[in-house]
Formats: sequence, C-alpha cells, structure tokens
Amino acid sequence: MEKVIKLRKGLDIKIEGSPDSSLDAPTVSYTRYALKPAAFYGMHPKLSVQPQQRVLAGEPLFFDKNHPEIVLTSPVSGVVEEIVYGPRRVIEEIRITADEKPQYKDFGVLEQKDFTAEKVREKLLQAGLWAFIRQRPFDLPADPAGTPRDIFVSAFDTAPLAPDLDMVVRGQEEYFQAGIDALAKLAGKKVHLGVHHLKTASKAYLECKNAEIHSFEGPHPCGNVGIQIHHVAPINKGDTVWYVHPQDVVIMGRLFMKGVYDATKVVAVAGSEVLKTGYHKVIAGLNVSYLLKDNLKLGTDVRVVSGNILTGTQIQADGYLGPYDHLVSVIPEGKRFRFMGWMTPGLNTYSYSRTFFSWLFPNRRYRMDTNLNGGERAFVLTGQFEKVLPMDIYPMQLLKACIAQDIENMEALGIYEVSPEDFALCEFIDASKIEIQKIVREGLEFIHKEVQ
Amino acid sequence: MLRNFLDRIKPKFEKGGKYHFLHSTFEAFESFLYVPDKVTSIGSHVRDALDMKRTMIVVVLALVPCFLFGTYNVGYMHHATVGVEAGFWQNFWFGCTKVLPMLVVSYVVGLAIEFIFAQVRGHEVNEGFLVSGFLIPLICPPDVPLWMLAVATAFAVIIGKEVFGGTGMNIWNPALLARAFLFFAYPSQISGDKVWVADAVSGPTPLSHIAAGEINALPDLQTLFWGFIPGSVGETSKFCILLGAVILLWTGIGSFRVMISTLAGGVLMAWIGGLAGSTGASILQHILSGGFLFGLVFMATDPVTSAQTGTGKLIYGFLVGLMAMLIRIYNPAYPEGMMLAILLMNTFAPLIDYLVVGRNMARRRKRLVLASKKA
Repeated sequence: MEKVIKLRKGLDIKIEGSPDSSLDAPTVSYTRYALKPAAFYGMHPKLSVQPQQRVLAGEPLFFDKNHPEIVLTSPVSGVVEEIVYGPRRVIEEIRITADEKPQYKDFGVLEQKDFTAEKVREKLLQAGLWAFIRQRPFDLPADPAGTPRDIFVSAFDTAPLAPDLDMVVRGQEEYFQAGIDALAKLAGKKVHLGVHHLKTASKAYLECKNAEIHSFEGPHPCGNVGIQIHHVAPINKGDTVWYVHPQDVVIMGRLFMKGVYDATKVVAVAGSEVLKTGYHKVIAGLNVSYLLKDNLKLGTDVRVVSGNILTGTQIQADGYLGPYDHLVSVIPEGKRFRFMGWMTPGLNTYSYSRTFFSWLFPNRRYRMDTNLNGGERAFVLTGQFEKVLPMDIYPMQLLKACIAQDIENMEALGIYEVSPEDFALCEFIDASKIEIQKIVREGLEFIHKEVQ
Repeated sequence: MLRNFLDRIKPKFEKGGKYHFLHSTFEAFESFLYVPDKVTSIGSHVRDALDMKRTMIVVVLALVPCFLFGTYNVGYMHHATVGVEAGFWQNFWFGCTKVLPMLVVSYVVGLAIEFIFAQVRGHEVNEGFLVSGFLIPLICPPDVPLWMLAVATAFAVIIGKEVFGGTGMNIWNPALLARAFLFFAYPSQISGDKVWVADAVSGPTPLSHIAAGEINALPDLQTLFWGFIPGSVGETSKFCILLGAVILLWTGIGSFRVMISTLAGGVLMAWIGGLAGSTGASILQHILSGGFLFGLVFMATDPVTSAQTGTGKLIYGFLVGLMAMLIRIYNPAYPEGMMLAILLMNTFAPLIDYLVVGRNMARRRKRLVLASKKA
C-alpha cells in the first residue's frame, strides 16, 4: 500500500442516477431466472438439459463444445421453463422457474488447509464457476488447462453509475477471503488486488491476505482490470493473465466453505429513469422486472442495460441479468431529433469537449439518452482518444491496425493488453461515431484465430 | 412543422423512392436541420454530444473574427490608399463586395464536388469542407479572379482530398493546397512580393519590407498586431487570430501542442536569423507579420494533415515554425514561408508519426525480451 498509482487520463461521465446506498432483500419470492450462454464470449454452448427438466442449484445447464470440462450450472433450483434461440440457433437464454426454497447440489466443503491448485480447479469446474475466471489477452473465459502468469481482481468500479464494490463484500468477508485463497493456489502466488486509494474502505479488500494490494487513483477507466494490469505488470506476447470480479470471488468462497453454488449477489439498480435507485440482494440471472416494476418514471421510452452504460448489453424491461453483470442501468431512449444541434448553445447537453456551453456548470449531472448524436464519419480528430485511455498505447494506430487486420502491427501496438471495455470511453467521446469496441472485439477475435 | 415536412418527403429519398439518387443530399440537409434520431445499437449506449458538424462549426466560429476584420480591412486599405475618407460601414461594405463573392465561389464549388462524391460513393456528406471553404477566401489576396479561385478550389477538393478517400484521409491541408495551386499555376497574377491594396494599385506588404531589408518601412508593432496592414484577408489582425486560438483551445478542438511548438520553432529560427545577421527584423516583427500566426492557429493544427501522435505533434509543429522562418529569411524568392512549410511538413507528418509510434513498439518489444530473460 505504500505506492499509489495515480492516473490522470480518463473521464468520469457526469450522468445522473448513481445508485443510492440502500440495500434491499427481496420481499416477495422471485421465481423467474435465466442463464445466458451467449454472454460467455468465445464459447460454443451445448445444452445438457431439456425443457421441463428439474434442476438443482449447481446442476449443469450447458457445456462448452471446445472444452467439455467447462460447464455452466443453474443458479437456482427449479424447472427449465424454456430455451430461447436467437438467429442461427444461437442459444440465447435458458429460462428457469425457481422453487420457493432453493435446493442445492452438494459439492462438499473444501477446507482452506486442503487447498491445492488441482482441487480448486476441479471444484470450480464441477460447480460451474470456472467460466467466471476470465483471461487476457482476448477477453475470454480462462482455459482450465493453462496456468496464468498472474490473477487480478479489481476491487472498485469506476464506470458510470457503477456499484460501490464495498457493498458486495459487506457481510461476505470470509467468503471473499476464501475465494482469494483458492485463486492464489491456482496462480501459485499472491493474487493482485486493485483498490481505490480513497474510496475503497472495506477491510475485506484492504486487509486481504494472500493478495498483493495495489492502490489506484483516477477517473474511469482506472477501475478496469485491464488498466490495472497494464500499470502493475503489462501483458507481453505469450502471457496469460486471469481476472475475476470480486462478486464472483465471494461466490467461489461460498462454494468452498458451504459446499454449494449459492449465486446470491448484490445488484445495483441505477439510472436517471429509475425512481428508487439502490442495491438489491438477489440471485444471479434474475429477471430484472422484479427490480424495475413500479420503479420506472412514467412517460419515457427507456433503455434497460444489463451492466454499465458503456459496455453493457441492452435487455428488455422484463429481460434477464447477464451472468457477469452486477448492475442494471436504465436511461432514456434517444429517438428524437435535436434541432440545429450544430449551433445550439447546449446548456443542458453533456460533452467531454467544451463545445457546448454546459461547461459553465461543472457540477451539474445530466440525464443522458441513447442518441448517437451525429452520423458516422471517418477518423478526423486526433489526439482525443489518448486523453481517455491511461495506457502506453496509441489507440488510433491500434484501431487502424485492427481494421486493416495487420497482425504484425496489432501485436507491436499492444493488442494483447486491451479489451473492448478499455476502449469504451474512446467510443463515447468519438466525434466520428465509430463503433470502436466492435473494432477491438473483431481485432481480438481475428488475432486469436490467427495465432492458434 | 419543419419536422413534419421532412418526415413527409423523406420516403421519396429512401431506397426505392423516386429521388433515391439524391439520398446523400437529402441526408446532408436533414442532418443540417436536425441531429438525427438514430440511437446507439452496439457498444457504448451513450455517446458524447459532439459530432463532426459541431466540431467543424466551432472552427468556423473561431475564424469569424478574422473574417469580419479582414473584410473591414479590405475596405479600409482601399479607401486609405485612394485617399477617400470612409466610415466604418463604407469600409465594411466595400470589403464585402470583394470578400463575399470569394466565399460564395469557394463554398459553391467545393460543396458541389463534395456532394457529388458523397452521392456517388453512397456516403453521408462530410463536413470537412465547411472549414476548408471558409479558409480559402481568407488566405487568398482579395483581387484573385473568381474563376481562378474556382479552379483552385476544385483542384484542392478533388486532387487534394477526394482521390485519397475524402475528409480524414487527405495528406495535405485542402485550403493551403488551393492557395499553392494559385501560387504556382498563375504566378503572374498572384504576385510574390506585392499584393493588392486597392483597385489597380498594388503595394508591398510588411513581409516584402522584411525581405527587402527595409525594416524602417515596417509599420509599428501595434499596427501589425491589430492588423491595419495589407495582406491576405484573414491573416492581418493578430488580435482576431488570438481570439480564434482561444476558442479552439478552450473547446478542446485545436491542438495546444502544435500551436506552442510551431511558435517555438518560429521564434528560434527568427532568433538565429537575427543573430546571424541574415534578417534585420526582430523576432516579434517576424511573428506578427505575414501569415505565420494565421497558419499556426488554423492550418498547422488541422488534425488530419498534422502529425497524429502527441510527441509527433510537437516535432511537427516545431519543424513547421522552423521551416516557415527559414524560407522567409533565407529564400529570396518567397517572402512568406508558412504555406510551403505547412505543406512540406504535412508530407512528412506520417513519417514523424511512424518514428514516434515505432518507439512505442520498440518499448513493447524490449519489455518482452526482458520478461523472457527473467523467466
């Protein structure tokens, strides 16, 4: 904790609707859940259940065709209600109607003193938690056969409207510690834990054992694990680094200490269109309508996002929470015309630049909608992306290498160190309205295919 | 009401509609009136309010003080030379009769070409020419024949920009290219050291005084700063240029790095020139005369044609300033060096970036070697 890594580059978007610090537990029983196979990037899901089949919490729902040992299991006990297919028979959702009282499949307790890399790996694979360990480069679920150079956990989230991750471990401290202990065994060394120099207060993080604590300070994307890896130990060609979200570390800890897959997590509801924002203790894969019912402002067309508004996935108001997500953001849909947008003073219009007179009010927060705010153009402005990407990387040059599929330059410019989420702010501020995260994702996919 | 009208006629321009071949044109006018209602579909769900139209308009706005003053100054110079007492509006009106036709020709020719290319390519019309078209009349002498201006503009847009793929892909600053075209294609009309000051009268600019070594004939620094001197329309008032610079820097559109390093390069070379006894003018006289500051603020900073990396911008700007003064002081054929300096450095900007990015790549390679040694 002696050294603070201070990042100056980045941007905290001034959007209204940050989650209130209240924590609610469900008052009625929630019964609609779903697991979304498509969210596990790079997997080829194969179903292991049929509709109307009964499952316990922790029983497999599907596995990865390329790595049959990676299974994903049901977060609740109940009946498989429906399997929803998307275009080209992609499995989008496995919907489950949950029992009133959850029944868990018993995986057996694993004592901390008995932890070995082998046993931890086996247990995580069995219980369907393996896919919650993700890897860089390529931003995919980790390969169980590999060993990582390091494992990283970021204990704070700087994204717009993001939940306070201290809430996540409140009352769960021992599970978090057990999870970290297990991950440390997998890595064969201490886990790297990134905390915020000022905002992180939970002792679960600050006094975590078996972890090397790195203190950060700065605007978004400082909380992104990719940025933290870059400043602690950058990824070189050939390196593999794993990372886990603190929430999933807690769930892993429960598995070892209680012997069951208890997917209870703290989910934040936020956004300008929510009447009462705050945190909810729910089970993974919940139908968000339970949280949003009678809780949305009337009269506006809204967009519900599972995850944060920079990187999350659009879902319906009665859609399901994504497996990696801990936040439901609700913002107004922006399907409207703005008269003479190129010349209005724009007192109520948020912009990173000072081209709108909203810079007169530095403390105001804005109700931002989903309008693209312009048409797509070629890259024109330069030197802008660098201001919001705190990495020793030339973002525009890397993007152009990705578009050109120039492997040599992509490698030389640092493609292995980035993931789409790190470029989300570049996409946000881009005046040319280019789909930058998509370019990065496709670049990663391309190079992943080529180097294999 | 206007919206209803647009919504009513829109289907005719969509695929299968009667006027589909004009869809880019319709889109351009529609998005000029209204920011489209298009919403984000993938990636970030919110986007910054700044788009290309607003970006370009901010630059045009930054140019307006120069434009207004330049227009007034054209009239002022004319009346002062012919010895007629004229009021403010008389001067301004006379200026308008000279400058507005240039502006119209530049916009009509340039935008027409832009629209045609966008239509043929099926793209949306790019806003880049809003700035180029405004710059062109500002960097030309007021007496340039309009047909020449039209030819130069067409050359700049087609050869300078569209053949490379349009705005964002060009190598040279289109406005400067138009000026360079005039300069080299019609040297007899665009005279090197004397410029138009009044109908049928041409006179020396402060720059030609410097080139000729007639330092005593230079106007005092105040006149140079406020701009009551002959020269191209936009370049005379340094005060207005500074106003534009403030707008560009404050909004975050213009690059501070390019501006400051160009200034540094210019000052350094003017100082060296003074030390070596090659020029009699002081550093301040050099900086305040000619198009140095105008080029520094509005042309060197063009994000597309300048270097694109942070360090690259510093090197690029420094060399622009250095070259501009070098040409001024040591090349007797050209009293002004800014145009050629910027075009030259535009050409070399990709090379500068290549070297700067190469250092980043080398760092990464070195890190890899170090890591594999440790393992």
